[in-house]
This record gives sequence, C-alpha cells and structure tokens, in this order.
Amino acid sequence: MTYEDWFREDRLPHIYCVGCGNGTVINCTLSAVDQMGWNKEETVFVSGIGCSSRAPGYIVTDSLHTTHGRAIAFATGIKMANPDLKVIVFTGDGDLAAIGGNHFIHGCRRNIDLTVVCMNNMIYGMTGGQGSPTTPPGALSTTTPYGSREAAFDLCGLAAAAGANYVARYTSYHVTELTRAVRAGLESPGFSFIEALVQCPTNYGRRNKFRQVLDQIEYFKSHALLVQKANRMREEGKKIPDDMIIIGELARRNRPALGVRK
Amino acid sequence: MQGNTACAEGALAAGCRFFGGYPITPSTEVAEHMALKLPKTGGVFIQMEDEIASIAAVIGASWTGMRAMTATSGPGFSLMMENLGFAVMTETPCVVVNIQRGGPSTGQPTMAAQGDMLQCRFGSHGDYSAIALSPASVQEMYDLTAEAFNLADRFRIPVFVMADEIIGHMREKLVVPDTVLRVDRKPLQKGNLPFRADDDLVPGFPTFGKGYGVHVTGLTHDERGYPCATSPSVHEDLVKRLVDKVESARDAIASCDIVNPEAQVVFISYGAPSRAVQQVLHDTRRDDVGHLRLKLVWPFAESLLSRFPDAETFIIPELNLGQISREIERHTDRTVIPVPKLGGALHDPSDLAGLLEEVA
Ligand SMILES: Cc1ncc(C[n+]2csc(CCOP(=O)(O)OP(=O)(O)O)c2C)c(N)n1
Ligand code: SF4
Ligand SMILES: [Mg+2]
Repeated sequence: MTYEDWFREDRLPHIYCVGCGNGTVINCTLSAVDQMGWNKEETVFVSGIGCSSRAPGYIVTDSLHTTHGRAIAFATGIKMANPDLKVIVFTGDGDLAAIGGNHFIHGCRRNIDLTVVCMNNMIYGMTGGQGSPTTPPGALSTTTPYGSREAAFDLCGLAAAAGANYVARYTSYHVTELTRAVRAGLESPGFSFIEALVQCPTNYGRRNKFRQVLDQIEYFKSHALLVQKANRMREEGKKIPDDMIIIGELARRNRPALGVRK
Repeated sequence: MQGNTACAEGALAAGCRFFGGYPITPSTEVAEHMALKLPKTGGVFIQMEDEIASIAAVIGASWTGMRAMTATSGPGFSLMMENLGFAVMTETPCVVVNIQRGGPSTGQPTMAAQGDMLQCRFGSHGDYSAIALSPASVQEMYDLTAEAFNLADRFRIPVFVMADEIIGHMREKLVVPDTVLRVDRKPLQKGNLPFRADDDLVPGFPTFGKGYGVHVTGLTHDERGYPCATSPSVHEDLVKRLVDKVESARDAIASCDIVNPEAQVVFISYGAPSRAVQQVLHDTRRDDVGHLRLKLVWPFAESLLSRFPDAETFIIPELNLGQISREIERHTDRTVIPVPKLGGALHDPSDLAGLLEEVA
C-alpha cells in the first residue's frame, strides 16, 4: 500500500486552498501510518473544527469530526473504551491551544495513548484569518490589524512540560523528517505530539509579507534550527534569535501510559 | 439504598461499561459508585477535566459500541450543551443523569430543583427532540436509569435522567430485579449507507473498529455521512428526521402512572413533587381527584391528557416556575393551575390539599 490507498476518493475535490500546507501534513501522516502496517479497520482519526480538522473526512477509516477544541477529549473516550484501536488526532493551533487548551494539557498529563498532529498555521484559517494563540508578536490578522501584541504559545514546550511521552516539531518544508516524527509518535506508547508549522497562503501568508506560497516555505527552511544545534549554541552562550523555529525531537521518554492494554 | 447509588446500580445492571464525569453536588455519589464498581466489571471509569470533556469522552466511548453515561448537575449540564447537540446530530446513544439543584448559576448546590426541564429539551442550539425520564423514588432511580440505556440505543440519542437532589439523596428500599430488560442498538447492515434510516427513522449503528469505515461529523451530512452543509433540502430532511424519529414514537414510549381517571381535578407531576401529591391523595381519600405521574416527561405525549376525559382542572406542582405547566397549557383547553416552588423544599401536602379545597 501507499498513503494514497488511505484516501476517500469519492470525497475529492477537497476544500483546501491552492498552496495550503495541510495536504503535506496529511500525506506525511498517512505515509507514517502506512509504514506502520496498520489496518484501516483498527485505525481511527478524530478532529475538532477548522481547516486542519477537516482532514479525517478525506480518509477511509472510521473517523469522528467533533466540536471545536474537544477532539482530544472525544479521542480519550474512544481509546479508553477500546485500547485495541489506534487513535490519531488532527487539530489546528486554535482548536488545540485556544478553545481546546485544557484538554491538550490533560491529555499530556494522563499520557493517554494518542498521536496528536497539529497543523499550526499561526492563524484561524477556517473563519477567515483571525489571530490565534500561536500568532507571532507583530503579525497581522483580521483581529490584530495593528500587529499582535500578545506572546505566542510554544506548543511543544507546553506538551513536554505537561508530560507527553513524545514531542516533535517540523514544518511543511521538512517532509521526510516530519514523516519520521509522526512514525516515531505512532510507535511510542502514551501521548505523542507532533507540531507541523504550515503555510496558510490565504489567511496568513498574504497578510504577512509571504506573497507567494513558496516564500513561506522558504522562510521555514531558512529559519529552522535543529534542537541539538540550538542546545549547543545555548551552551556556548550564543543568543538564538526570537524568530528561529526550533525543530527536531523535543521530548522522548517512557512515563506510564493510559489507554494501553495491560 | 441512596437514590444516586441506585442510579449507578441501574446503569451497571443495564450493561453500562463507561463512565466519564466531573464531580458536582448533588450528583457526585453516582460517579463515586461507578468509580468503585466499574473496574470490577471490566468497565472504564475516567474523571475528566470538566463536563465538556466528560460528555465528549462518553460520546467517543459510545462509538466503540459501549453503553456509556455521565452524571452531573446544573452548572455541568450547561457546559455539556454543545456536545449534546453533537450527539443528537451524529445519532450517538448515551445517558446523561442530571441531579437537579437550584439555579441559575451556582445557586443552591445542596437543594433540590427541577429548573433544567426546558434546558434538557431545548438547551443546545438548533431544532431537535429529546427523551427525558424523571424518577420519583430510589426504585425508579434504578429502573429508569436502566431503561434510559434502552431508549438511547433504540433512538440513537442522548437520553436524560432528570432527577433532583431530593430523589438523589433520599434513602429507600430497593428491590433489585433478577434481570433487567436489555434492548441494544441495532447494528448497521453491511452494504447499507451509514446514515440512511430504516422505517423506524433510525439508521443501524456502525461501531468503530468493525470495518465500516464510517465518517461521523456534526456538520449537516448526507446518508453516506459526508458533509453537505449548504444544501437546504439535505439539512431540512436530516433535522426533520432527527425530530420525527422521537416525536412519532411519543405515544409508544409514554410512561406514567394514572390514578382515578374519572376525576374532575387532576394533579400532574413528575419527580419529587409526585411524593407530595401522593400524600394528598392518601390523606384526602377523594376519588374525584386524579393523578397523572409522568415517568417520561419528554417527549410529552398529549394523548395522556385525554385519559382523564372528565377533567376540568389540572394542578401542576413543580420545583420551578412552571416549566412543564407551560407545555401542558399548550395542549389543553381545561384550566391549568401551576404550583411553582423555588428554594429547595418540597411542596407541603397540606398546602396542596388547601388548594384542592379552593378548586373543588
Ligand atoms: C464553539 C465554537 N466557537 C467558534 C467556532 C468557529 N470556528 C470554526 S474554526 C475556528 C478556528 C479554527 O482555527 P484552527 O484551529 O487554527 O484551524 P485552521 O482553520 O487554522 O486549520 C473557529 C473559531 C466554532 N466552530 N465553534
Ligand atoms: S484558509 Fe488557510 S488553512 Fe484553510 S484551506 Fe485555505 S490555506 Fe489552508
Ligand atoms: Mg490555524
């Protein structure tokens, strides 16, 4: 099989805009699932609300497209009730970190055996480009027309601090690494969190000086800093510029997990 | 046994194997008893981070085929409203117990009320119908909770057990039946579209993990389960079916006790105030006074009113400002006398007897 065998072909065309980064993340995730050799019957996708959360509707497995922010809570019920199911959550930055923030940290704390993939476009895509908890300071959105004055959440830092077993961050530029990270998340028992920074040309890029889709992907490439290198720089007392994106595996440990068969 | 414990025992007897909840007075004993008992039956108890997560987890568990429930009171019930609408739209069977307390807001945590009777019917956005049961004894906490699971599975909706602090915390004798009648959700026949209803307006259930490959969404969807959110006819047909599958069965599922059907004056009650009415009937021994005690409040079956053909007056004591009186007024041309009561205490039977003297 390839990742393409997991698509629900009778639902195409999809709703995503041309150049949207979500498709890359869906492909990487399905490649990783496919590499695991999992059956479609035992795999369940769960999501909340947003462009990112529409992903399960395009996948042939059982899937639950729930309410805004609550995907992890629904997925917790599925996984606790039937630990034989492999449960993967697709979410967005608003879905996960704003309205769903509490479920996110409690999922990490419980270390419930889910793999959560967040498509972080730093904006509310579906509702037309409002600021989100990951909108960078100074960035423009329809609700921060003079530039955001709030700090952005470090989603991976949050997941690691709250107790997730596996935490990694990549971007839509890092297709190979992202696929490998999702796979590592699927393999790891307990809560796995993979953050994928993605371009939203329609609602983020065009307001924030990324005139072409490739401009933002180029930015991801030039601003990515591998965590090992970042650690070395810190040890050497070098300052890491605020706009660098720390990528790589940010946590990997083996706390006891919930929702696994004893 | 305590009412809340009987509720949990009834759920277990009905085969409930998943409880997701968040502590709140006066419902907490239901969760505590489930926490004690579920692990011993191979079931799952999980204390979630709030009531939104509790009902979410219950809905998720239900999609794996488990009978699942939660229990709460007013503030938690309010938090559940959005996801209850999701359960209605996705046709997810589940049971929600509300041990009602005085509201609005934090109100009276330890005092009884029936103030959520309209919220359970109308509280989530959009048009839908609901099933609500109202136990009036410890025995009924057991019996009606067990029955709630059958109704939830049959109609594929959330079913509400709308008890109150008095019934939840009262202690009475419980007779545990040898067996509890169990009628499970019908499975989806392979090859059928997952959201195409049968003649009973309810589609078969495609349990997750069985190879159905079903997409379940709260968006308006077609019979394949696929989002179809801009077609007026798909939306209208879906919402009307969701309402009709319950409303068309309201006479069939009506459940009540009827006393003195030839009476001219008839008390109508549900839940705790039924106890005061029963006392009045016992004390006055008048056979021109009747009693309609609703065990199933929603959907209200107006045909029950014609079971009292000579009735001239309906007296309706409630622990709210007349929530169900309003529903009954809309179905009758007889005199309706609401007897609202707030504050947590039950109606005094002698007050009701006095009212009876004035009326007839
Ligand atoms: C309770 C609730 N509040 C608000 C909304 C409106 N809404 C839909 S999507 C969305 C934001 C989604 O942002 P994000 O999670 O970042 O997803 P994206 O579209 O960017 O992928 C909002 C606020 C909703 N559906 N439900
Ligand atoms: S609005 Fe943004 S996130 Fe949504 S589909 Fe378009 S590009 Fe993608
Ligand atoms: Mg977003």
